[in-house]
Amino acid sequence: MSQWNHNPVLKVEHLTMRFGGLTAVGDLSFNVGRGDITALIGPNGAGKTTVFNCITGFYRPTEGRLVMRGGDNEAHLLERLPDFMISGVAKVARTFQNIRLFGGMTLLENLMVAQHRPLMAASSWTVGGVLGLRGFRSAEKEAIERAKYWLERTKLIDRADAPAADLPYGDQRRLEIARAMCTGPELLCLDEPAAGLNPKESLELNELLSYIRKEHHTSILLIEHDMSVVMEISDHVVVLDYGVKISDGTPDFVKNDPHVIAAYLGVDDDEVDSVEQEVGL
Amino acid sequence: MEQSQTSFNWETLLKDAALAALIAALLAGVMLGLRVDVASGRGAELYLEYRWPLFGAAVVAVFVGRLLMGVYYALRESGQFEARKKNKSERQNVEGYLKPLFLLLAFALPFVLLATLGARGSRQYIDLATLVLTYVMLGWGLNIVVGLAGLLDLGYVAFYAVGAYSYALLAQYFGFSFWICLPLAGILAAFWGIILGFPVLRLRGDYLAIVTLAFGEIIRVVLLNWYEFTGGPDGISRIPRPSFFGLEFKRGEGGFADFFGLDYSSVHRILFLYFLILILALITNFVTMRLRRLPIGRAWEALREDEIACRSLGINTTNTKLTAFALGAMFGGFAGSFFATRQGFISPESFTFMESAVILAIVVLGGLGSQIGVVIAAVVMIGGFELFREFEEYRMLVFGLLMVVIMVWKPRGLISTRAPSVALSKNAKGISADLVEEGHG
Repeated sequence: MSQWNHNPVLKVEHLTMRFGGLTAVGDLSFNVGRGDITALIGPNGAGKTTVFNCITGFYRPTEGRLVMRGGDNEAHLLERLPDFMISGVAKVARTFQNIRLFGGMTLLENLMVAQHRPLMAASSWTVGGVLGLRGFRSAEKEAIERAKYWLERTKLIDRADAPAADLPYGDQRRLEIARAMCTGPELLCLDEPAAGLNPKESLELNELLSYIRKEHHTSILLIEHDMSVVMEISDHVVVLDYGVKISDGTPDFVKNDPHVIAAYLGVDDDEVDSVEQEVGL
Repeated sequence: MEQSQTSFNWETLLKDAALAALIAALLAGVMLGLRVDVASGRGAELYLEYRWPLFGAAVVAVFVGRLLMGVYYALRESGQFEARKKNKSERQNVEGYLKPLFLLLAFALPFVLLATLGARGSRQYIDLATLVLTYVMLGWGLNIVVGLAGLLDLGYVAFYAVGAYSYALLAQYFGFSFWICLPLAGILAAFWGIILGFPVLRLRGDYLAIVTLAFGEIIRVVLLNWYEFTGGPDGISRIPRPSFFGLEFKRGEGGFADFFGLDYSSVHRILFLYFLILILALITNFVTMRLRRLPIGRAWEALREDEIACRSLGINTTNTKLTAFALGAMFGGFAGSFFATRQGFISPESFTFMESAVILAIVVLGGLGSQIGVVIAAVVMIGGFELFREFEEYRMLVFGLLMVVIMVWKPRGLISTRAPSVALSKNAKGISADLVEEGHG
């Protein structure tokens, strides 16, 4: 049942994040299985995005350890890496809840910026690029090919030269995923990828995520409110409430967990006592 | 249908214009028509001077202006201008035609002037063109920082000063020639850019602007007060003039004219300086355009668009900002050492905040990130400034008015479309400025 514990790509151990007196995340531990789609769910304000920000280096955790073990089996302690190394060295990419694209740049440029690190190295930190050395030119061609590949995958190739801010909302979401994938990640963190999508787009998103997992062997960690997405595609669900893990298991297990039902739906007045007993409050 | 579109209500337009003229008359009657002055002949007696022609001119100007404005708005509402808007996509291509035209003009200009005005008459204009080119170069340098990386730098003149003083002091104390000092000045300015950048680039937006402003002033105040080293307010004089690969522009044996078998003329040096700054400016432009297509340039622009997204994509934002800052400073340093060698004399007077403001105004009016826009803005601002020197008092008035007009008519600067740095199709369109961020530091 718990295959994610045998071969985890990311181990979150006793993660605590305090902002002054507020404990946004308290002593949270869970594993993200290699090649799994793991969903992090919970009511609003449960601390999901805070966990993301800790993993991707935007916050430094107050306590705890985040061990990322990529395909090369080398362990990276994410809480010790500066934020720009997390994408490049530890190979963790992310998207944002409120889309953050480079609006004034074209789709292609957005994906080229995502390949900054390899291109920078290929241009010998700009010197070779200015001189137009061959090594850089072939690297650039490769980068464009990779960008084209992801634009085709996300069905955005027709608008490759249009500014990103001109795209409709659903396309912007997909472009952000394509941009994250261009960094060549081993763990892709998606912050509410289905928010604001219509059912058709939601379905396409599911297909895209399944494709990414299958073809690129990228593990996916996602925050999501849309239960149709969560229950359909995820292998493993972690439920947070008030910064504390209240459930952890397969979608079916979580769906029937009384803790989760209580946190999400509440309980009838006359059932409070029995449920509290069952839950152990 | 067509008829009704072209005809509009003359009566209301005239009424409106007359009302505006009446208000103008009321105001101008007191403010322009009457003037109290102290009579010089009759002791300190006050007397009233009547200036009715001026008054009349103001009222007529307001009347006509208001009428034209009314007609314009009426036309616009009736859709007369719709047809013209369709040509907009063609107009976006203007930049492509302008570039070679400007380049040709820049190279031909001094010779055209020489041929038409003679050596003596053209001197003043070639000098002016040299000054304009200096500002073009400064504008291009600042464009890297403000236009591409989106860092608002109000103290750019500091690097200009560092460049100028580097050359002047190295020449004074060590006797280095211009050609050795030029790269040194650039390196020193870039070095100061990095020194300043390290603590400052953590700040964003308004805070960054204030600190850079202060830095600019600090450099000037240090130059002013370190009397033993920099000569303080006396400045540094007798800065060596540049040589043409070792040939000096002097009369007689071994000079430039002698070597090439020409008659000596003081215009040779003027021409040389003109082409020197032209080439320096073109190098600035070439490097900038080149860098825009490299990962570093795209990272600058991405930084301007969204810094947080940059961090999530593995871009080291501090280093990226520093390179932009240092590179902009380096070109400022080059321009500074050119300024020193052209003037032969420098003092802290030349590096006041006003200079920073003018350079920034050139970049903003030209259009953030647009190279050709900077050229147009520099020609109009610096050229116009010098040409209308006689109208002293009104000069600033017109200048201010011009700025207001441009900011109302084109709030993103004269040329505001952004060309993509890389494209799949050959005919990729420019990106409208409405979509491009200005950067928040």
